[in-house]
Amino acid sequence: MASKVIQAIYNDDDILMSAVKRVKEAHHHIEEIYTPFPVHGLDKAMGLAPTRIAITSFMYGCVGITVAVLMMNFIMIEDWPQNIGGKPSFSFIENMPAFVPIMFEMTVFFAAHLMVITFYMRSKLWPFKKAENPDVRTTDDHFLMEVTLNNNEDELTRLLVDTGAVEVKVSEKH
Amino acid sequence: MYTFSNRLKIASIVLMIVGILGIGYGFISSPSTVEEAKAMVAADAHGHGGGHGEGHHEEVGTHHEPKVTHHAEAEEGHHGEVAHGQDAATHSSHDEHTLSKLQNRPWAAVLIAAFFFFMIALGALVFYAIQHVAQVGWSPLLFRVMEAISAYLFPGAVILYVFFVLTSAFHMNHLYIWMDPEVMAHDGILQLKKGYLNIPFFLIRSAIFLAGWVLYRHFAVKNSYAQDEANDNTYYRKNFKISVFFLLFFFVTESIMAWDWFMGLEPHWYSTLFAWYVFASMFVSAVTVIAMVTMYLKSKGLLEYVNDSHLHDLAKFMFGLSVFWTYLWFGQFMLIWYANIPEEAGYFLTRIEHYNLVFFGMLLFNFVFPFLVLMNSDFKRVNWFVMMAGISILIGHYMDIFQIVMPSTVGELWSFGVPEIGSILFFLGLFIFVVFSALAKTPSFVAKRNPFLEESKHFHY
Repeated sequence: MASKVIQAIYNDDDILMSAVKRVKEAHHHIEEIYTPFPVHGLDKAMGLAPTRIAITSFMYGCVGITVAVLMMNFIMIEDWPQNIGGKPSFSFIENMPAFVPIMFEMTVFFAAHLMVITFYMRSKLWPFKKAENPDVRTTDDHFLMEVTLNNNEDELTRLLVDTGAVEVKVSEKH
Repeated sequence: MYTFSNRLKIASIVLMIVGILGIGYGFISSPSTVEEAKAMVAADAHGHGGGHGEGHHEEVGTHHEPKVTHHAEAEEGHHGEVAHGQDAATHSSHDEHTLSKLQNRPWAAVLIAAFFFFMIALGALVFYAIQHVAQVGWSPLLFRVMEAISAYLFPGAVILYVFFVLTSAFHMNHLYIWMDPEVMAHDGILQLKKGYLNIPFFLIRSAIFLAGWVLYRHFAVKNSYAQDEANDNTYYRKNFKISVFFLLFFFVTESIMAWDWFMGLEPHWYSTLFAWYVFASMFVSAVTVIAMVTMYLKSKGLLEYVNDSHLHDLAKFMFGLSVFWTYLWFGQFMLIWYANIPEEAGYFLTRIEHYNLVFFGMLLFNFVFPFLVLMNSDFKRVNWFVMMAGISILIGHYMDIFQIVMPSTVGELWSFGVPEIGSILFFLGLFIFVVFSALAKTPSFVAKRNPFLEESKHFHY
């Protein structure tokens, strides 16, 4: 792996999109792109694999409903089947309508929270994490593309300037 | 330009003829005297007994009989002659009751199917109005499909109104017990509701809503066609305005419609969210039919600019509205089950006892299956997946209307046979005939000068 990358800075998302397409066409490897806001279609242009987070969320929801059913079946039916206001506690199904609000909420709770935690873990985000920003302007109004450098600095610089980059510089890879 | 294909036309006419025969058979085979009704119930019971084994049947009989006599003796001991007289009276009134229920069956079957297809047209019209008012960018390409589906509104409304006139003014059936002056005279609870539940007012109300809906449909479609040929957006603006007022009118009249036509079948019972529940059924079925007709026309190569993103959006509506329907179903059921106040719970007792499979089975069609099938974003773009979910939703919502009407009119003597299937086939044939004739009359499938047309053509999700 090369230890150096070339960074091109753009000031417009449309120009960035067309630059990404041209760099991909020239078969250079885009290391990373930093943008101040989500650019629609950028992941497709970069050829990133689609996220699987919705699938994890579905599975977490299944876990949630299972937890709710097992919990209430044990507490309300098996452990201490009391008569509470005449509700039938002889079997789970007989008293099920009363459990549905909890089953629903637990499903949503598990699906939402575990998915968020999965997202944090996969994208390596936590409270005291050091920011990985190569240039502070990318959080405000600039877009930065990092391309791997393989002793082809001149050629890449020319290509990137040609795609509309307002600034091109070589830096150490983080 | 679409030409109503001959095969489809013949198929719809065949459906109508077969359906008419089925409906006619239903009316002919319904009993006209108490004796016939008794014989029918007895034959039915015999059939059931044979199926389950005679031994079991007899055992139950002998087991119960001593108890009954014991009870009767005790009664006689207390009241003597009076109890005996009452017993005979209840016996004959029971037979009358059986007769009127059996006579109701073909009428109820027609009402269910007539309303089911009418509500699809009406729901499509509401969806159409919402698209106008919300200035939706993706759907103008589908406006002509929605307009064609809502073409069934007028014939459907006429049939329903004739049905209600025959029911109320001519007393041709006993669907609505409050329309019977005998019942009204002896029922203190119904007398309190007389100010609302009386025949002239019922017919006037129904006429107002049906006329209002049909009129909106007429002018909205007229303006939509006029906009195609216009040089400015005058007709578009007009449609926006009348759609706003239609929606205000609709949501008031839809509630009253649900109270009149369906809650009125069970005039001793009431539920606050019932009208919304009927609306949810209507709306999800309508969106489903819009998606189905769109897929059909697309497969014929007639909707040039419609892409799988449009289908995806319709499928999302099907998914979301199915969940919405389930939410209202459960909201109504659970509140009544939980509090279990006798005057409210009776409604669900009949349904759980005699309609168990229909009442809970429809959840499978209306909720579980569409929920699992339409959850995946990729599946929502696959025609046959959406089609399968759509068929399931339509079957489920037929069952829904069935379980609203049948238990209140036919009760435990229901079955699903010739009159029901005949009614479905007749109205399905009529619906296909009217909708596709309307499509054939449509000058262009693209609403040419709609301000959001360009956006709709390039809609991509």
